[in-house]
Amino acid sequence: MIRVLLPGHLRTLAGSGKEVELEVAGPVTQRTVLDALEDAYPTLRGTIRDQQTKERRPLVRFFACKQDLSHQPLDIPLPEEVVSGREPYMIVGAMSGG
Amino acid sequence: MPGVRVLVGTVKGAFIFESDEGRQKWEISEPQFPGWEMYHLKGSPVDPNRIYASQTSGWFGQTMQRSDDGGKTWDVINNEFEYANDPGTHQWYDGTQHPWKFARVWHLEPSLTDRDTVFAGVEDAALFKSTDGGQSWNELPSLRDVSGNLWQPGAGGMCLHTIVLDPNDENRIVVAISAAGAFRTDDGGATWKPINNGLKSDYELPDPVAQVGHCVHNIDMHPSRPNTLFMQKHWDVMRSDDAGDNWVEVSGNLPSDFGFPISVHAHEPDTIYVVPILSDQYHYPPEGKLRVYRSRSGGNEWEALTKGLPQQNCYVNILRDAMAVDACESSGVYFGTTGGQVYVSPDSGDNWQTIVHDLPRVLSVEVQTFA
Repeated sequence: MIRVLLPGHLRTLAGSGKEVELEVAGPVTQRTVLDALEDAYPTLRGTIRDQQTKERRPLVRFFACKQDLSHQPLDIPLPEEVVSGREPYMIVGAMSGG
Repeated sequence: MPGVRVLVGTVKGAFIFESDEGRQKWEISEPQFPGWEMYHLKGSPVDPNRIYASQTSGWFGQTMQRSDDGGKTWDVINNEFEYANDPGTHQWYDGTQHPWKFARVWHLEPSLTDRDTVFAGVEDAALFKSTDGGQSWNELPSLRDVSGNLWQPGAGGMCLHTIVLDPNDENRIVVAISAAGAFRTDDGGATWKPINNGLKSDYELPDPVAQVGHCVHNIDMHPSRPNTLFMQKHWDVMRSDDAGDNWVEVSGNLPSDFGFPISVHAHEPDTIYVVPILSDQYHYPPEGKLRVYRSRSGGNEWEALTKGLPQQNCYVNILRDAMAVDACESSGVYFGTTGGQVYVSPDSGDNWQTIVHDLPRVLSVEVQTFA
C-alpha cells in the first residue's frame, strides 16, 4: 500500500484526509503512483500534472525520504521505504512568496 | 420570494450574497472554495440554481465547478480544455512567437436557452463550448484563424474575457480578447470576423486602426437591442449600432475614458455605466474619488454618481467582470473593487452602500434576479 500525502487544496478537491492509500499494480514509480491517484480521485486530474502533456505543474513538488524527486525521471522505481508504506510519497505546493 | 443573489469571485474564494428586493439587508455566505482564485461564477438564465464556476490556482491549475442548488453544494466538472487542433504560436511580449497554452478560464457564459450549454472564455485566448453541463468542452477553433498568430497578451494575459450572446439569434456571438480585439460569428462559431472598425489605439498599436490588436476591456448589450453594443476599450468608451461592424467613440465628458467594466441598465437600453480609472499607468480612480458614471443617452453625456461612494483617498480598481445590474423593478447596480468592497445601488446608481467592506480582491460580480 502506497501512502500519498496531499496538500490542503487537493484534499478539499479529493474529499480526502491528509493522506490517502493506494494500491499500485506493477512497478512503483512516480508515474504509476500518480496514475493510480488520478484513477482513485478523478477530481485531481489536471491539478498535479498538465491534462494533455502529463508534465508536472510548475509549482508542484514531489518529495519522499527527505529527497526532492520533482526533477527525477518519472519511470524509475521509488525508494523501498515508499513501496513498503513506511514512508509517504509527498505531493507539495512549492514555496512561492516571501 | 422576490430578491437577488449576488455571485462574487475573489482571489481567495467565492461569496454569495442574498437579499430581498429592498436590497438593504444581506445574507453573506461563508467563503466558497476558500483560498482559490475564483475568476467567475455565473448562473443559467434558464435554471438559476444551475451555477457554473471557474476555480483556479497558481499551483494546481484549473478546476471547474457546477452547482444545481443555487450554490449550496458543488460538484467538480470536467477541467480538460484541449485546443481542437495544434494551436501553434502567438506573438509574445517581446515580439517573438510563443506556444499557445491553456492557463485558465476567465469567463463563463451560460446559454440563454439551455441550462446544459455554456461557453468558456480562456487564456491563452480561445472559446470553448459545453453542451452537457460541463462534462466535456469543445473549442470553437475558427476564432483563432482570425490572425491568431498576431494576437499578443495584455498585462493580464492573453485572455478571452467577454462573451455576448444574441437573444434573437443563437448563431451570433460577440467575444473580446485582451490586446486582440472584438470578434463576431454569425454562424454559431463556424467562421469569425474581427469587428474593430472605428477603434483607435494611438499609443498601444503601431497602426492605430489595425484590424486586430486593440485592447478591448469589456462589452455589454441590452437584450432588447442586440445590435447596439457598448464597449469599454483600454482607452475610450465606444458604441456600435450595427452589431460591432462600426464603432464610434462616446466618451464625451468622462474625466477619464480608461476603465474596465461597462454595463447596461436592465430596463433602459440607453442607460449605461462605467467606472473611470485615471490611466493604464495608475489603475485607480481620478482624484482618489470613486465615481460611477452614468449616461442616460447611450453615451457622450455622463453624470457622476457619488452618493455613498468614497470621495477621497480611494485608490482601488474595478476589474472588467466586477460590475453587474439586476432586473428588479428599481434596477440595482453592483460592483466589486480590488480593495475587497462590494457596493450596491438599489436605485440605478443614485445612492450606494457597501454590502461588504473587507473581502479579498474582487475579480467578478454577477447578480441573479428572482421575481
